[in-house]
Amino acid sequence: MSNENAPWPHKDLLDTDQLSLDDVRRIFAAATSFQEVNQRPVKKVPTLRGKSVVLFFAEPSTRTKTSFDMAGKRLSADTFSLASSSSSLTKGESLKDTALTLQAMNPDAIVIRHRASGAAAFLAQRLECSIINAGDGWHAHPTQALLDAFTLTQEWGGLAGKTVCILGDIAHSRVARSNVDLLTRLGATVRLCAPRTLLPHRIESWPVEIFGDLSRAVDGAHAVMCLRLQLERMQAGLIPDLREYARCWCLGPRHLERAAPDVRVLHPGPMNRGVEIDSALADSLSSLVLDQVASGVAVRMALLFLYLTRKEAAQ
Amino acid sequence: MSPDLVIRAARLACGTKDRPADCLVDCLCADGRILDVLPHDPARAFENAEVVDAPGLVLLPSLVDAHVHLRDPGQEYKEDVASGLTAAAHGGFGHVLCMANTRPVNDAASITEAMRDKARRAHPHGPRLHPIGALSKGLEARELAPMADLAAAGCIAFSNDGLPVPTAEFFRRAVEYAATVGRVVIDHCEEPSMAPAAGMNEGAVSASLGLRGQPWVAEAAQVARDILLAEYLGLPIHLAHLSCKASVDLVAFAKARGAPVTAETCPHYLLLTEAACQDYDTKAKVNPPLRTQEDVEAVRQALESGVLDVLATDHAPHADHEKEVEFDQAPCGISGLDTALSLAWSLTPGGLLSEKRLVDAMCHAPGRIFGIATNRFEPGDPADVVLFDPARSWTVSRETMRSKSCNTPWLGRTLFGRVVGHFMSGKRIV
Repeated sequence: MSNENAPWPHKDLLDTDQLSLDDVRRIFAAATSFQEVNQRPVKKVPTLRGKSVVLFFAEPSTRTKTSFDMAGKRLSADTFSLASSSSSLTKGESLKDTALTLQAMNPDAIVIRHRASGAAAFLAQRLECSIINAGDGWHAHPTQALLDAFTLTQEWGGLAGKTVCILGDIAHSRVARSNVDLLTRLGATVRLCAPRTLLPHRIESWPVEIFGDLSRAVDGAHAVMCLRLQLERMQAGLIPDLREYARCWCLGPRHLERAAPDVRVLHPGPMNRGVEIDSALADSLSSLVLDQVASGVAVRMALLFLYLTRKEAAQ
Repeated sequence: MSPDLVIRAARLACGTKDRPADCLVDCLCADGRILDVLPHDPARAFENAEVVDAPGLVLLPSLVDAHVHLRDPGQEYKEDVASGLTAAAHGGFGHVLCMANTRPVNDAASITEAMRDKARRAHPHGPRLHPIGALSKGLEARELAPMADLAAAGCIAFSNDGLPVPTAEFFRRAVEYAATVGRVVIDHCEEPSMAPAAGMNEGAVSASLGLRGQPWVAEAAQVARDILLAEYLGLPIHLAHLSCKASVDLVAFAKARGAPVTAETCPHYLLLTEAACQDYDTKAKVNPPLRTQEDVEAVRQALESGVLDVLATDHAPHADHEKEVEFDQAPCGISGLDTALSLAWSLTPGGLLSEKRLVDAMCHAPGRIFGIATNRFEPGDPADVVLFDPARSWTVSRETMRSKSCNTPWLGRTLFGRVVGHFMSGKRIV
């Protein structure tokens, strides 16, 4: 049983695997109520007035950072941005020193995006404020997985019995890792589809089905999540070229003919149209891409609310 | 001749020709050499001799560490010759072979001589330092290092350790040239195009942590190359720090064919798996990386059976601030001189490693391979003796470690077994 008034049990959000299903339900319940706030003419509530949130994005990001910024401001928290270009990281300061400097300013939470896997855990082990992982290397992107699952839950009412196919560069994707954990625990069957060069070694130990062929992977699926292909994968010798990649793994309308009726298409963005997703499909009625963005603000409001009021609830 | 040093009532770990293991002995030394090892007799008295009563203690020969990074010259904030040899003395090592990846690289006789001078000044009675020369100038695998010069200055072997040799042709010529000057080549086996120095095994843990992993193939492929070269050339090659089952299987195959290879592993490959890297613990980041339980068991069996000849530390000190960073930014390496004997000894009670094999792998085998006289407790052997208290527990900490660097996954853990006395040529160094 989830108790909405119980203190939130976590200091940090590092990955989805820390969260119980009850925790996830609480996040979704809060996100649903904040969705309503986001529809008002005046989209602001005083819930987090006086709280400060540092947005520490040591890797370029537009949508995630804007989403967190908007989530914080709509809850009346003060948000402070630390961009990678202006950051002392470019001057050679260690992550530890940056972290201790931020801590000394006594924020209530730090939202971190970093290219190194484990960077969020590194901060969480050393700092007293809440650390929210907004993407660390190839490791985890829990808020993206939560907003994806939330989007699908709103669409379907629940994920039990549904089949979700994740398509593309799994090996280098934090989005895929967090989604595999969360979607499977919420009852979905997860399929992964990619050339073997873009799958992690020993992926057999993951609770997923593996496909190389896109048509077979999509057969009967209720949703397909396309991942962004980083163009540097060609230089690393992992795929031959974009033309062949698109021919084999670009999701198009013809693949969806064998999918479940009303199949939904997701993409965490930013999209490479014509590489991993057909451009017309991205704009079609089955696309949930913009719903994901809207859900993202509500889910991040829910997370900031739960993490930043955990001490008040405890009193 | 009368003894000038007597160690009384100690247990001799693996016995001698005449004295079975496990009996209490009195070890008599004179003029820096073993005079005799007699069954313990409480009534026997010695005049004009330093007498060390050692009931409950184990008598071991001074150990030989075939693989150490002393960081001196160039990175003395991590370790220097003096501090490294102090750690060695307290860890039970009387001979230390130090790798050439210093700054500058040990590719010139003057650098070798400077290292040996520092060692003699800081530790006149030992432990003794045996520099390993660079295989190629600057460790760049382009031009051979002046091996005849280096050997004359005191280099005991040659190695590329830290920077794998990418081409078989260069490696072949290096082995041939080293053999000409009477030295063995030690190869750090790593196919340099496959996730070099990732410090993390490619497998389930790297996949879930989102870290680049190095596949065991990267190590084993070079092991196979070296084995075939050694057989083809009929020249010895020593394979450093093997970590995985495939390498061990290849070495067994090589020995069955009579290829002149010898091989080593390290305590961490006997005791830890890739799981130690969970939570992005950079203290467990080491090259080659910690592998799986299957590999650990294969390496243990191979050490006990003698397929792996040598147990060395690969002592690789790094400062705290270098390790306290993102996992992919941290340098590879574990500080090992302080803990190796306690860790190896921890495998003896369960029979995973016999005392006989432990002593051979940590002393006589590297002595044989590199030409260092070791103590077999026979008359005339060097009086290089370690007194080890297997029951004494100690906690690994900044205070208890003698190395300048505490980058070990055992930091904060309690270990059993401590060196309580160490003599070289009959002179007390601990």
